[in-house]
Amino acid sequence: MFPKLVPIPSSGMVPDRDVGKTPILECINLGITFGGLKAVENFNLTIGRTEIAGLIGPNGAGKTTVFNLLTKVYQPTKGTILLDGKDTHGMDTAHVNRAGIARTFQNIRLFQKLSVEDNVKTAMDTQLTYNMWEGIFRLPGYWKEEKVAHERALELLSLFHMEDMARVKAGSLPYGAQRRLEIVRALATNPSLLLLDEPAAGMNPSETAELMENIRKIRDTFQIAVLLIEHDMNLVMNICEGICVLNFGRIIAKGTPEDIQANPAVIEAYLGKKKEA
Amino acid sequence: MSFLNFLISGISLGSIYAIIALGYTMVYGIAKMLNFAHGDVIMVGAYICFFAVSSYGLPPVVGVVAAMAVCTVLGIVVERLAYKPLRQAPSLAVLITAIGVSYFLQNGAQLLWTSSPKVFPNIFAQKGADGAMKSSFTLFDGQLNISYVAVVAIIACVVIMAGLTLFTGYTKMGKAMRACSEDKGAAQLMGINVDGTISLTFAIGSGLAAVAGVLLCAAYPNLVPTTGSMPGIKAFTAAVFGGIGSIPGALLGGLLLGVIQIFTQAYISMELADAVVFGVLIVVLLVRPAGLLGKQIREKV
Repeated sequence: MFPKLVPIPSSGMVPDRDVGKTPILECINLGITFGGLKAVENFNLTIGRTEIAGLIGPNGAGKTTVFNLLTKVYQPTKGTILLDGKDTHGMDTAHVNRAGIARTFQNIRLFQKLSVEDNVKTAMDTQLTYNMWEGIFRLPGYWKEEKVAHERALELLSLFHMEDMARVKAGSLPYGAQRRLEIVRALATNPSLLLLDEPAAGMNPSETAELMENIRKIRDTFQIAVLLIEHDMNLVMNICEGICVLNFGRIIAKGTPEDIQANPAVIEAYLGKKKEA
Repeated sequence: MSFLNFLISGISLGSIYAIIALGYTMVYGIAKMLNFAHGDVIMVGAYICFFAVSSYGLPPVVGVVAAMAVCTVLGIVVERLAYKPLRQAPSLAVLITAIGVSYFLQNGAQLLWTSSPKVFPNIFAQKGADGAMKSSFTLFDGQLNISYVAVVAIIACVVIMAGLTLFTGYTKMGKAMRACSEDKGAAQLMGINVDGTISLTFAIGSGLAAVAGVLLCAAYPNLVPTTGSMPGIKAFTAAVFGGIGSIPGALLGGLLLGVIQIFTQAYISMELADAVVFGVLIVVLLVRPAGLLGKQIREKV
């Protein structure tokens, strides 16, 4: 469906994507406390290699905190995160990203002053191997890799029909395009697990429909797992294969969309307890 | 013709200020801190070059390279030891630390090299037609007198500016720098080594400070441990003047500052030069609080 992506110079860093193998992500008893507050506790979650999973819950349930734990913005105070079977204990944010987790943000955090293309290339930083001197004196290594990076950036942008915006400053893009650019930028780090934090926030129904299409497209094209936080139930129920519901930092339900829709605990968390007559 | 003479020496002094201001502005842009020890790195660079050339008799080029190497390492070490532990600390703590590092370097230099002034050799002098070493050349029947240092300073400034613009604009390290200056958290989540990027910034800034130190002392050959502090403050002013955080701003601010200073010294008064320079800064900041090329911060409502 899409042109094959240009191979990246240091393809040795791309994690093995054997689809049938072990889950890409396993969280075991993950937890973090801020002072006395248990923001997340006993968080157990397994995500398959090419699964689209959803993380839902009322406001303040700890969904973004889970993302911050997975990306090591916060160091977990308890539990283990296995990424591709490897313990991420002791890794910092940049390491986790190199190991294969990329994310977008609830409130858009693009590099506003950089052009669209540069935003994408920034995310390829670790995949480009030329050194400082090659960069300063523009030696052949620089030209070769920058050319590949340029082509790959345009190809990634073209997945979202943004290739003609490549030279525009990211800050001047319309809102929807900024959201898409965040996803492109995350994909440019060559992840095996993509975390999307409220990708449909502020989108109208037709944009949301397009986004759903895009998320499926990303999964099919790149053969990666997607974990998304979303309040739009239509989106979540439509594209997620597995859903995990958080409330007050604890998982209250896990399962397929059908299971979740019928789960009394979930209904209670969202709508409150039915008063006994 | 004397006007042209003053203009050229103003531009050359301004070029030196601009090179120093780059260090301030780049570090501010990326680490969001004012590195007040930057002026003293200049002094260290000048001393290294002085000893390499005067004491060891090495060729000036080697002296400059040695000064750059030492200052680059010094910049990285200072960042690692003094500033990195304070990455999460309030900016006031970092500011005080920077002032402390500044005094540390000054007093360290005094201890190592004593406070007696050294006369910096004129390393850019050329052999004239009569065989004597000349520090300047004349044009238009002796009406225009240009020193070699001025020429070297202006060329160095142009080359450095062009190089840095290409570096920050088109290389992955440059892009990483700009990404860090906007949003360190997001940059880190894209796999960028933020600590490494900050170190690189300090390394580049300090290396350039060494170049500026050599140029400065070649033009004003009195070298003492406090040599760096006044040019440091002037260059900081230049960075603010042009808009701190902006590389073209550092160039513009530096050049304007140099020209204003020389013209005031020439046409108004030697003593009032600094007062006029800082007076202009105050006026500019009243009209454009973010500096000439600084980004105007729009408030979202």
